[in-house]
Amino acid sequence: MSDDFNNYSEPMLEMFIFETNQSMEQLEEILLNIEGNSKITDDDINEIFRIMHTIKGSSSMMMFNNISKLTHSLEDLFYFIREKEIYDIDLTKLSDLVFSTIDFITLEISKIEQGNEPDGDAGELTDEIKDFLNSLKKELPEGEVVSLENKEEPENFISKEYTSENYNKYIGKIFFEEDCKMENMRAFSLLRDLEDLISDVSYKPEDLFEDEDAAEKIIKDGFNILFKSEKDYEDIFNILNNGMFVKLVELEEIDSSEVIDDKMNEKEKDDKDKIAKNIKNPFSLNKSKNIISVNVEKMDVLMDLVGEIVITESMVTKNPEIQDLELENFDKAARQLRKLNNELQDIVMSIRMIQIGPTFHKMHRIVRDMNKQLDKDTRLEISGEETEVDKNIIDTLGEPLMHLIRNSLDHGIESAEERIEKGKPERGLIALDAVNTGGDVIISIKDDGKGLDKDMILEKASKNNLLSKSPEEMSDKEIFSLILLPGFSTKDDVSEYSGRGVGMDVVKKSIDKVGGNIQIESQKDVGTTINIKIPLTLAIIDGMKISVGDSIFTVPTTTIKESFKAKDEDLVKDTSGKEMILIRGEVYPVVRLHEIFNLDANEMNLKDGILVMVETEESSYCLFADEILGEQQVVVKPIPFYLRQYKVKDSGVAGCAILGNADISLILDISGISNKYI
Amino acid sequence: MNQNKEERMEIQEEDTQKGRFLTFKLGEEVFGLEIKYVTEIVGIQPITNIPEVPEYVKGIINLRGKIIPVIDVRIKFKKEPIEYDERTCIIVIDIDDMSVGLIVDNVSEVVTIKDEDIVPPPSYKTGFQNKYIKGVGKSKDGVKLLLDSNKLLTNEEKQGISDIEL
Repeated sequence: MSDDFNNYSEPMLEMFIFETNQSMEQLEEILLNIEGNSKITDDDINEIFRIMHTIKGSSSMMMFNNISKLTHSLEDLFYFIREKEIYDIDLTKLSDLVFSTIDFITLEISKIEQGNEPDGDAGELTDEIKDFLNSLKKELPEGEVVSLENKEEPENFISKEYTSENYNKYIGKIFFEEDCKMENMRAFSLLRDLEDLISDVSYKPEDLFEDEDAAEKIIKDGFNILFKSEKDYEDIFNILNNGMFVKLVELEEIDSSEVIDDKMNEKEKDDKDKIAKNIKNPFSLNKSKNIISVNVEKMDVLMDLVGEIVITESMVTKNPEIQDLELENFDKAARQLRKLNNELQDIVMSIRMIQIGPTFHKMHRIVRDMNKQLDKDTRLEISGEETEVDKNIIDTLGEPLMHLIRNSLDHGIESAEERIEKGKPERGLIALDAVNTGGDVIISIKDDGKGLDKDMILEKASKNNLLSKSPEEMSDKEIFSLILLPGFSTKDDVSEYSGRGVGMDVVKKSIDKVGGNIQIESQKDVGTTINIKIPLTLAIIDGMKISVGDSIFTVPTTTIKESFKAKDEDLVKDTSGKEMILIRGEVYPVVRLHEIFNLDANEMNLKDGILVMVETEESSYCLFADEILGEQQVVVKPIPFYLRQYKVKDSGVAGCAILGNADISLILDISGISNKYI
Repeated sequence: MNQNKEERMEIQEEDTQKGRFLTFKLGEEVFGLEIKYVTEIVGIQPITNIPEVPEYVKGIINLRGKIIPVIDVRIKFKKEPIEYDERTCIIVIDIDDMSVGLIVDNVSEVVTIKDEDIVPPPSYKTGFQNKYIKGVGKSKDGVKLLLDSNKLLTNEEKQGISDIEL
């Protein structure tokens, strides 16, 4: 990048990265659609052309020449396809080319993001695209081939009907959205959008890039432009108004030529006047931009702050100093405050929630690529894409999902011949689904492949010393869970996509990280279903406060099945002295919190304390505590960094929370306790 | 936000802070901590116990919504623990964005000790706390043992810290 550039390159760069990434996602979606329907529509072609055109412009502006060259060649290709209206193209080859382009650009963008120079060489790919274009040209009958360099031809072609004197002269003033950044670049891209439609252009500020104040000037005075065009007022207006981040367009026809004076034209003029009037009211023409993008860190801070406010509120309203006073007005105000705070909390939570759809749709690409590589034919079915999950959780979901899908395709789905032999449909199916079940979201990945081989899992597990019980005692679920253990891989021959022996345990780790869990169900030759249960949000949980001595613990309400009193006589002990309790014919282990945390409890006898039955994905057990104090929503805070050097994390504590009276409560890790003490 | 401000102040004050130590007492001994690490001093607070930690890690406190671990310097230095009273203080220090509270008997004052008045710790002096001492500072009202804040938090746990998954 040149030096002049660096001054304001950062916001520009950020915007460039953001927009290009978005375009790439869009492009990928279009391509997958094309492949899915096995045909390409005019819209697709136009859209791809448009995207390439935009990226070509912005990347050449940012001096990323490798990207701009590549996109240019692809733009040429699609220009040709569009002009010649070729529909019977080799779609596979075409989409391969575009996919490779996407990959290349994505890689380069990530290099740029990390502050490196985008130094990839797209020469080969560019040549490939050119070759493809040339081969297309050859297929066309002689004479129809036009030089692609001949871009002067307008893109929308009404103009040919007019004579060259038949142009209109326009003067325009364009304002961009505040804070859209890079106003000069926006202006430049508008010019690009118009370049084929207008002539004799002059504009102010004249020097969009060399002049450092160009962006400032545009903000202040707007982007002033004077040009001739054969197009109608409305066409021009629409192009301008649809430009990115355009807030307001003032366009005036200064010297319209009076060539066609039929009534239609009169009417059109009326319309023009109407539009012109509208311009005076900027609100009516504001493009409805109802989405803003916000830095996630800011959201995190906001979330924290709201959590603090909720806590501070109860510190004020439940303050011991006013506890015994009759304060009617105060109480009223306090109730109002509580109501507003609740609303605030809900809103902030909802802001952080995003739909899982895009994460799911990314998987199409994986399936496509793997189908090609492994020569399988598998369909990906997606449902529940509107399910909303906390942004932080979504971000960690991508990797594990990708891994699971790869596993399903690689190990699960059989080859076409095998499937036919088994009487299954030739085409394999992987279904991806998300359901909101209240406190959690369950994501399931279901394939109709050959299922997991229990014997093989057991054999492998015993070979790697992963068995803690004898195989006969294990339930199917337990056997399948073995594949989640570190160092386990079910496929002997390592393939490119999965089965390097670092598979499922990595998936489990990332799911664990967001407080979720994995369940595997599988049936031979019917298929495998993997259910991932994840919490809606990490930040706030509903908790039940229970006390042991002076300590207060919070148990996530979602894990609680019931709570009850019991007598000492109900206790039974197993041979190793572990306490169990018999309830409705079932035996549940009892964990005394004061014992595992080494506390002085007030109540040592079962009949004086309380038992809280909690459940994990594997089992249920009872926690023994002094008493239940009540339910409260708490903001989950991580255990301080300094303490992570000790084994706090494995001790059954998932985090901490600050209670209404400013005390700290430890949030119990229900499955952690189960793993450690039962 | 506050923290940023503090950090900025810290940079500005780097020079004025140099050679300045916050002194506190454990029994009769006077210790000094470099003032640049100290973010605030608070009275003793209700402490929530944490399982599976060494004895000197007393637990966590809630400092205006921030959860901070506290360690009892007495126990860390293998001294007899004493009951906390109204003179007991928690010195909150911040090293590499990690906040930790140090529980001490009481905080005395801020003194300036010039570099030339600081001598390396006597090598003959054995004893557990010695490895946390960076130097001995001389001032008009006696010697002060200057603590190495970094070592105070890491030292023996260094092994442990590098094991942590970040």
